[in-house]
Amino acid sequence: MWDREIRAMVSTHAIMAASVFMATVVPAVFLPGFSVYGTHLSWLYSVSAAVTGVSVAVFWLLGIAQPTKKHSLGYKLSRLCRCCVYFFLSCIFFHFVVLLYGAPLVESALETFSLAVLLTSLTTLRCLCVLGPNVQAWIRVFSRHGAMSVWDTCLQITVACTLVGAWVGAFPIPLDWDRPWQVWPVSCSLGAVIGFLTGLVAAPAWIHHHRKHLTYKSK
Amino acid sequence: MKALPVLCLLLWVCALYLAGIYLFLSGFLLVRLEVNRTSTCGDVLQPAGEEHGDFCRAQPRFRRAVLLIIDALKIDFARFDPNNTTPRPYENKLPVLEETVSVRPSHSRLYPFRADPPTTTMQRIKGFTTGSLPTFVDVGNNFASSAILEDNLIHQFGRVGKRVVFMGDDTWESLFPKSFHRSLPFPSFNVKDLHTVDNGILQHLYTTMVGGDWEVLVAHFLGVDHCGHRFGPDHPAMADKLTQMDGVIRSVMERLQNDTLLVVMGDHGMTDSGDHGGESQKETDAAIFLYSPSPLFPARPSRAEPDVVPQTDLVPTLALLLGVPIPYSSVGQVLLPLFPSHGPAEGVAGGLSQLDALWINAKQVNRFLETYSGMAADIPADILSDLKEEFSRLSADYLAAVGGARSSSPQLAAAMQAYLTRVRDTCRATWAQFSAGKMAAGLAVLGLACLLCLTVSEMSATLMRGEGPGLKRPAAAALMTAGCAAAAQLLGRGSVEAAWCLVAAALGFELAFLWGARQSRGIVMATKSVSKANKGGAWPRLHRLLAPPFSVLLLRCCSLLSDSYVIAEGRAVTFLLLSLVLYVPVRLNWEGLLLPPGPDPLKAAGLLPSAPLSPSAVRRESGALLGCVGLLIGCLFASLSFHGCREEQGACQPSPFLAPLSRLQDNQLRNLHYVLAVCSLGLWTYLLRRCLRHYGNLNSSGGAAFVARWLLPFLFTCLVLHWAVSATPEDSFRNLSELIGLAQLALPRTAYCVLGLALVLIWVDPLTVFVKTKSTASGSAPLPPPRYRASTGISPQAELHHLIPQLYQRMRRSLDDGEQSGSSEAGGRPTVEAYGLGTAYSAPLLLLCGVLGVGLLLLHPEGMAPSFLLLLLESGALLHIHASAVSLSGRQRTQAGGFSVPWTPVISWSLAASQFFHATGHLPTFTSIQWSSAFVGFPDGHVGTALPATLVILNTFASYILFGVGCPLLLLWPLVREVHGSRGGGRACGDEGEDAVMEMRLREKPQQFSSALLQLSARYLFVQGVQVFFSVCAAAVLRRHLMVWKVFAPKLMFEASGFLLSCASLLLGVTLVLRVDVAVSRWFKRLVPDGARSKRTHL
Repeated sequence: MWDREIRAMVSTHAIMAASVFMATVVPAVFLPGFSVYGTHLSWLYSVSAAVTGVSVAVFWLLGIAQPTKKHSLGYKLSRLCRCCVYFFLSCIFFHFVVLLYGAPLVESALETFSLAVLLTSLTTLRCLCVLGPNVQAWIRVFSRHGAMSVWDTCLQITVACTLVGAWVGAFPIPLDWDRPWQVWPVSCSLGAVIGFLTGLVAAPAWIHHHRKHLTYKSK
Repeated sequence: MKALPVLCLLLWVCALYLAGIYLFLSGFLLVRLEVNRTSTCGDVLQPAGEEHGDFCRAQPRFRRAVLLIIDALKIDFARFDPNNTTPRPYENKLPVLEETVSVRPSHSRLYPFRADPPTTTMQRIKGFTTGSLPTFVDVGNNFASSAILEDNLIHQFGRVGKRVVFMGDDTWESLFPKSFHRSLPFPSFNVKDLHTVDNGILQHLYTTMVGGDWEVLVAHFLGVDHCGHRFGPDHPAMADKLTQMDGVIRSVMERLQNDTLLVVMGDHGMTDSGDHGGESQKETDAAIFLYSPSPLFPARPSRAEPDVVPQTDLVPTLALLLGVPIPYSSVGQVLLPLFPSHGPAEGVAGGLSQLDALWINAKQVNRFLETYSGMAADIPADILSDLKEEFSRLSADYLAAVGGARSSSPQLAAAMQAYLTRVRDTCRATWAQFSAGKMAAGLAVLGLACLLCLTVSEMSATLMRGEGPGLKRPAAAALMTAGCAAAAQLLGRGSVEAAWCLVAAALGFELAFLWGARQSRGIVMATKSVSKANKGGAWPRLHRLLAPPFSVLLLRCCSLLSDSYVIAEGRAVTFLLLSLVLYVPVRLNWEGLLLPPGPDPLKAAGLLPSAPLSPSAVRRESGALLGCVGLLIGCLFASLSFHGCREEQGACQPSPFLAPLSRLQDNQLRNLHYVLAVCSLGLWTYLLRRCLRHYGNLNSSGGAAFVARWLLPFLFTCLVLHWAVSATPEDSFRNLSELIGLAQLALPRTAYCVLGLALVLIWVDPLTVFVKTKSTASGSAPLPPPRYRASTGISPQAELHHLIPQLYQRMRRSLDDGEQSGSSEAGGRPTVEAYGLGTAYSAPLLLLCGVLGVGLLLLHPEGMAPSFLLLLLESGALLHIHASAVSLSGRQRTQAGGFSVPWTPVISWSLAASQFFHATGHLPTFTSIQWSSAFVGFPDGHVGTALPATLVILNTFASYILFGVGCPLLLLWPLVREVHGSRGGGRACGDEGEDAVMEMRLREKPQQFSSALLQLSARYLFVQGVQVFFSVCAAAVLRRHLMVWKVFAPKLMFEASGFLLSCASLLLGVTLVLRVDVAVSRWFKRLVPDGARSKRTHL
């Protein structure tokens, strides 16, 4: 049981990491002048879109989020709508938080919002996929005894890694090195993506390492 | 409650920190007094008997001089090696120097030119114009402008009527304002710009030279230096730049006339990475090249040539060659090869012989030494008297030689040279060398002090029980080591330097204390839990150090090591504080304490401890916590708009609130700012009173309550009026100008007096407890009590009941002999009601902070009032967050009575102090000090310096003072807030639980109270001290950094001064708490009849 879940997780994460990689490489082939620094926003959106698409597809196929009960189409539609609204709200929330952390208020609002979209697609989207549009459950997951399955633990780790990565990414901005990656929000989005990739690797490894100590209660 | 040990320990810790800081600074900050005297032509008259007449009128050897200063012209750049076939980019690029020296040896010479540290351009320009050894702090120099006040070459040229034309680096313009006949400054700030300054000079240099309206021409090229900073010396750009300079020198030499001296020199060298500022040979060794179309050097190059010319020597040489007096404070010696050895040389008009030049020089140096030693005592007395004797001997010899008309004596010249060299070396040892030993000792003392502080905070309980290392043994050790050090010095050198004794004493104390702590911890460990100690090892401690609060502290400390972060410090601190604050709810949620636990199967299984609070209480506390986090974040965000700007921050607009109102042109805007300031101050006053009233502290008739009730509003009125008066434009209300002048004088002074009175009152009568007995209730209560009870809902009677139930019965009996049971309030209540007892400790402290805050706001520009309001709100939010977190995590109840304050709030508190240092418009640079604060209430200036200095310091470190004084609130606030948590739902009066004891809980456990107070203070001191330690490290490690005198050294000074004031204000706060404790004890004593005194033992 453990092995199967971990294996599923590893393959899922491999697909996600590959999608990030492809989102970086493929447009570079087709679009002239595409680069991570030069056309940062398009890279950012391409990564967001890729991660969004892949996570939705993978988690839908795996069927983690959905309880096995059959629901009416209307219920599913309303659920989808709520997911979209939550996605958007989360973008605004992240935008707000990043502003509070000291991002420029007006002049690069688009960049800030793009970063918020990226953070949302790396963190909130996963919550949506795993837990559904249920804020109570999200808050519960991020507590010591809140994880109820391997996927919850995995969610904790990846989300924490992504956010810490974005946080750490802000450190080089004040330095006077004049590098292209110090421009707002390049370092933060790079930090978030690197943190996300780290999380993708770290989560299965950690779970595998601690599989003896992990116990989950059922709902 | 043990007051004395707490204070003693804290004082000791502070003293150790300060000793460390003092030691480091005495080795790092070289201080020199400026002598504000100038040499005159009469000074350099020849000795009696010779009829030379006025020195300045005599024909000098050169009428004109051209000074080409090539910034950072290292000696390696100037040398030419024909055998080097593959030169590096910086080698062999100035062939003109070598060519000239070899072709015309009597016209030119090239020497290494050794600068003195600090090798920064401004200090160097000072150095080679005054001939002295400028230090970082030239006392007498006013910080606001950097103009040179000491006697210098430019000044002397001006006095003799020589026209000085300057072009190049605009530093000169700020050093010598209005001293030049003509000046063409170019901006030097942008290090990346290699060409602006040089091209600007080149546009004007040649035309100026051909035109005749100058006697001295100074051209300061910056390209080489900027190229070094940007690319390093080993870069093709450097080759281009040096080649360009080669061309410049050639062209200048072609245009020289016979009566003109050319000096090409570098002001300092550079390291291999292109930086400078320190004392390594690569940085100090520049090049100097002297040339004149007429013969310059009487003798051929010989063995007697100096290997290296010290930079100070340029001043007397140039002065004597150009016929001006040597500047007063110069300690250089003339460059002998330039002077003929036998009297006035053949064919050279008006020249001095070597001996004469040396004599004039020695006389001037001796005069300077006499003046300086009269002003300051930093040159050792024995050396000074030696030098004096030497000079009198030399002068006798010289007079004999001149009188006897003996031709010359090489011995005498050599003796004079030796004398001058010795003077210079003495001065350099005093002013220009970092004392590495003292710096290292200071670092060691400071580092150990941090460790000791940490130990004290961790062992506070043991220390208070008297089991830890006492103060006596370490003090004895300190005395002993100090004595040993003094004896060793006496034996070794014959004199005692107090600094080294201090080092020995501090180290001895710290080591003895730490040793004692280690031993007693071992004992405690052994007695407590052997298994735990065995299992622990180093792992958990490392793990704890990596916990988020410590990582934030570590990040903060590391940010002090980088100039970029110091420049962006205001935002960096805000960022870290925000992260730390957001960590609190995340952490609580992770522990599962933020949300009320649902019907949880785990709890039933015993996996979770049962919740100490009811779900509704948890929900309310969490709501309060999140609300406070939101408020705090809002404050942080808003505070960003009050920051000032450093000059290093290019595109930065200083906050519009920093300008005083009178400077605002727009009437409407001014009114808006005024209204905003008044509202903020009003809100500040209102919130304070509201808080005190809420807890029932305003009812008492004591001094503190008087302050809160009357003096605080009065201060408010004073400030508002003062702002209004000072904001009036000068030209309006002309007929009222006298009145306005009077008001400008009277209002702030009244405020100062009231402030002083308030502080005295709070100190004398800090108790804000209102006792109401039955008999007085109807008559003497100044305000209707039921109103307060309704709003407070505190249960004073329950407190007392809980505290001293038995005493109550006695008092009841003793106080109401004739009990009126028919009274409306009687129903089962005890007879004594004490309002505000629950906040007896925090109320005076809060009041002190509030009053101090208003006083400090008076010293700030009016626009800062909203920032102060933010400070109040933010500290309130921090306290609430801490209190909510404590009650949510149930620490109060589970850990039996431990009042200890965790690290997170302490670190946030300290970060908030730094944050508001910036958010009140201050910056760690000397130029940003708000000097106008010295004139608040003293518009016509001061007589002494102590008062304005105090005012400026209070203004600059206002936030450190407020947060330092308020620090004990972190201990008290959870107790103050506790009542809300346990009181179920209603805010109305009534249902007081037995728990509502608030701060009287502290009196139940005096031991734990004092240990918690000690721990909190030690933690705060540790957090502040570690920051000082890291900025000291930054200054020590990066003392060769380009930015050391611009960023790190000022930062260190500000951090150290801030720490000093933090210490002082923290001690003030702690002392006030202890004072209140004494007052409360006395109050209880008075309350309890004599017969019951014996029962008080259990309190």
